[in-house]
Amino acid sequence: MIDKRKPTLKLENLCVQYSVKGEKRQILHGVNIEIAPGEAYGIVGESGCGKSTAAYAVLRYLPRNGSVNQGRILINGQDLLGLGKAQLRELRRTSVAMVYQDPGRALNPTIRVGLQIEEVFELARIPKSEWAHRTEEVLRRVRISDPQQVMERYPHQLSGGMQQRVAIAMALASMPTLLVLDEPTTGLDATVEADILDLILQLRRDSSTSILFISHNLAVIAKMCDRVGVLYAGRLVEEGRTGDVFNSPRHPYTVGLLRCLPQRGRSKNVAPLTTIPGVLPPAGAVIPGCVFSPRCAVADEICRTIEPDIADLGNRLCKCHYPERASIMAVVEPLPPIQYRSSYDPDPALEIRHLNMTYGAETIKFKALHDVSLTLGRGETLGLVGESGSGKTTLARNILGIVKPDAGSSIRLDGKQAAAELAGRTREQVKALQIVFQNPDSALNRSHTVRHMINRTIAKLTNISKRDRERRVHELTRAVKLSERYLDARPSQLSGGLKQRVAIARAFSGDPRIVVCDEPTSALDVSVQAAILNLLVELQNSKQVSFIFISHDLGVVRYLSDRIAVLYLGRVMEIGPAEDVFSGPHHPYTEALLSSVPSIDGKHPERVKLDGEVPSALKPPSGCVFHTRCSRKLGSICENTAPDLVALGNLHAIRCHIPAEQLPRSRGPG
Amino acid sequence: MGTDRPYLFQYGDWISGFLAGDLGLSYAYRAPVSEFLATALLNSLKLSLVAFLMVVPLGILVGVIAALQRDRAIDRVISVVGLSASIVPEFVSGIILILIFGVSLRWFPISATWPTGAGFFTQIYYLILPSVPLVLILFGYIARMTRAGMIEALDAEYTRTAILKGLSYPQVIWRHVLRNALLPTISVIATQTVYLIGGLVVIEILFHYQGIGSLIFTAAQKRDFPMLQAGVMVVGALFVATTLLADLIYAALNPRIRLSSQ
Repeated sequence: MIDKRKPTLKLENLCVQYSVKGEKRQILHGVNIEIAPGEAYGIVGESGCGKSTAAYAVLRYLPRNGSVNQGRILINGQDLLGLGKAQLRELRRTSVAMVYQDPGRALNPTIRVGLQIEEVFELARIPKSEWAHRTEEVLRRVRISDPQQVMERYPHQLSGGMQQRVAIAMALASMPTLLVLDEPTTGLDATVEADILDLILQLRRDSSTSILFISHNLAVIAKMCDRVGVLYAGRLVEEGRTGDVFNSPRHPYTVGLLRCLPQRGRSKNVAPLTTIPGVLPPAGAVIPGCVFSPRCAVADEICRTIEPDIADLGNRLCKCHYPERASIMAVVEPLPPIQYRSSYDPDPALEIRHLNMTYGAETIKFKALHDVSLTLGRGETLGLVGESGSGKTTLARNILGIVKPDAGSSIRLDGKQAAAELAGRTREQVKALQIVFQNPDSALNRSHTVRHMINRTIAKLTNISKRDRERRVHELTRAVKLSERYLDARPSQLSGGLKQRVAIARAFSGDPRIVVCDEPTSALDVSVQAAILNLLVELQNSKQVSFIFISHDLGVVRYLSDRIAVLYLGRVMEIGPAEDVFSGPHHPYTEALLSSVPSIDGKHPERVKLDGEVPSALKPPSGCVFHTRCSRKLGSICENTAPDLVALGNLHAIRCHIPAEQLPRSRGPG
Repeated sequence: MGTDRPYLFQYGDWISGFLAGDLGLSYAYRAPVSEFLATALLNSLKLSLVAFLMVVPLGILVGVIAALQRDRAIDRVISVVGLSASIVPEFVSGIILILIFGVSLRWFPISATWPTGAGFFTQIYYLILPSVPLVLILFGYIARMTRAGMIEALDAEYTRTAILKGLSYPQVIWRHVLRNALLPTISVIATQTVYLIGGLVVIEILFHYQGIGSLIFTAAQKRDFPMLQAGVMVVGALFVATTLLADLIYAALNPRIRLSSQ
């Protein structure tokens, strides 16, 4: 049935529109994509550019108000739009399968995972006697070692990584010719992400399934896909082989996306991140000429009046009047360098000594933090990294006084002992410690205006008179580069980046000494992320505030941090200046974390794999807690004796039995 | 009878007697309370069971239909009718029903008390008209709750997964939506069943039915304290038992609760 010459998927001039309150909004504008059998094609772009709409259109699953108003979708040569209901179901059963962003929600919480997979075999009309056996087989294919046990589980009993394996197994069970992956690793830990990506790569080698891979993460696409299409405002602006597009982009938008990423070896002390000015036009907006021209650095009058065609440049397609300008953009537009301090005041703003934190009662004890000692200098940024469950957030909560650490723990703020609980702290201490959360949506009260939220925080934290408060609100909004016209807006009227600016303004309203940033940019697009990171650096320099920066994105942590602490099962495994931690010698766990990050340049060093999942903190392993997953375990000493944090000089310390001089491997570390 | 002792002691005596099965003597009838209570309780349970069996399937069915026809005419009609019905007190709807179906049309008897020796179906026949006011009050709530649960489940990502697997629409609803949708409905049904017991007082008086409601009412009128106390206590115990049962069913259907201790 599969014709080798026929593309598995062909989108011909695909146009999709949504009707909102009777008004038609065009989401996709004539997108042309072809995916050959066995090929992996990636679509990248900022949120709202139409990536997901394209993905769901391929399964003809659009929201009720969405419709394809022009063009064709061909799967194995079959026109999807002409199919009746029964034929469409048949196609979904046999030819196309999807893997979703959030596996915890994509699996039915009340049905055992085994039954959910068996359903696929039932739909394929395979005799019932084979279902269980085949389910086992497909779970083994996604490298689940004890399929029988997993089949009996409910989704909530599995970790995020396992859930995604199950979801992939479910998609593979029907042996589809096309697999659509919609941000399959977004929200997973870097190490789990690396596992899942390796799994998909391996599955690709074993089968001729074509892949449509949707992601906002350029490095993931670079690792996974043969070809990539860059989508902007519902239009394909550049398309070509992944290496070509990412190494020598020809569309200014692609260049912009790539330059927003914190590059290896670049830190806040060198230069701010480049951002793309402006925002994505709202769906349905009519822009004369090239749709990117309002944000483009090299656009001229022609760009603003005439829409460019998508042109064949030999090794790629590019929708730009001046593709040659993009290649020189990097030198054309240098931002004025801002002088950053390269050193920080070593006089500590925060001193944590022997912090232990135990959750639970006598019977079930859960040690979330184990003897953590840290200092944070004035104006310094300390990055906290580690997989989920490593204790990053618990540590932040302890510092903020939201949860109470065990007796004997000491937290000193500006040289003064701070009470363990918020209620016991002085107003000055409460003021001094603020937080910026990951998700500004849920951190801001939907029914309050921006002005009200900031004003209220100022009133709560300071003694400023009512009239001066208003002035302070304006100062703060200026400081976070939020236009004053948003002061009377409510969160629902703001984009993600603007909301995060409000949250930052609020955190800074009481002149804090330390701000905890808990994944502040994880929910944001790369260009917005770059702007927020630049803002944080500027605020730090002007206000001498210290940051505790939690993120799973190691590139971001490296860019922003002066020092980095690596946590594993509530213990500091390594701590040191950012560059030392990244360049090594490093702890085997740090090494594994670093090697799991996909890189944009396509050079992927041999990954140091971690065996299995993070052990339960209820029963931490004996000796060195990392020994169960360590690739460089020495022997019984690791199982029996907990190593100390050994200083290597220059503030760098590692908790490992392997002597520091033997830690570096032959391969050049990152 | 010990009425000269402090109230606290009297109450203590009564409680210990109650736990031992001795409910005391009725002032009005000079006979053990338990004899009256047992028959009354049985009668009331029959009535509420008939009402329950009518309202739960009806409420769920209507709620499911409303959710599947979301925002269309049928959905609106169901919402309006359901909520309107639930605000009409049972003594109003009961009288209207008696006038229409009992007096004018003569389809149903106007009294719920069946002739002695009546068979199973005759008993049910006598209980249908008294059940209707209760059904009218409850079905709006149950339908509304079912609708909300259904809509949440229909919009859930696992439902999308099921559709994109290629399951047919009825299969998606039966296998993936209903179970998740009905979880919140169960707790509503439980709290409303409790109301069912309370609502019986008016219905039983109106339809001349010897149930726990009319027993309590008469006892209060006649100042028959032992009878009143025992009646209220039994109703209270039923409240607790139903709620517990609902929690157990909820946990049994929801693996996230059932398996949380593992």
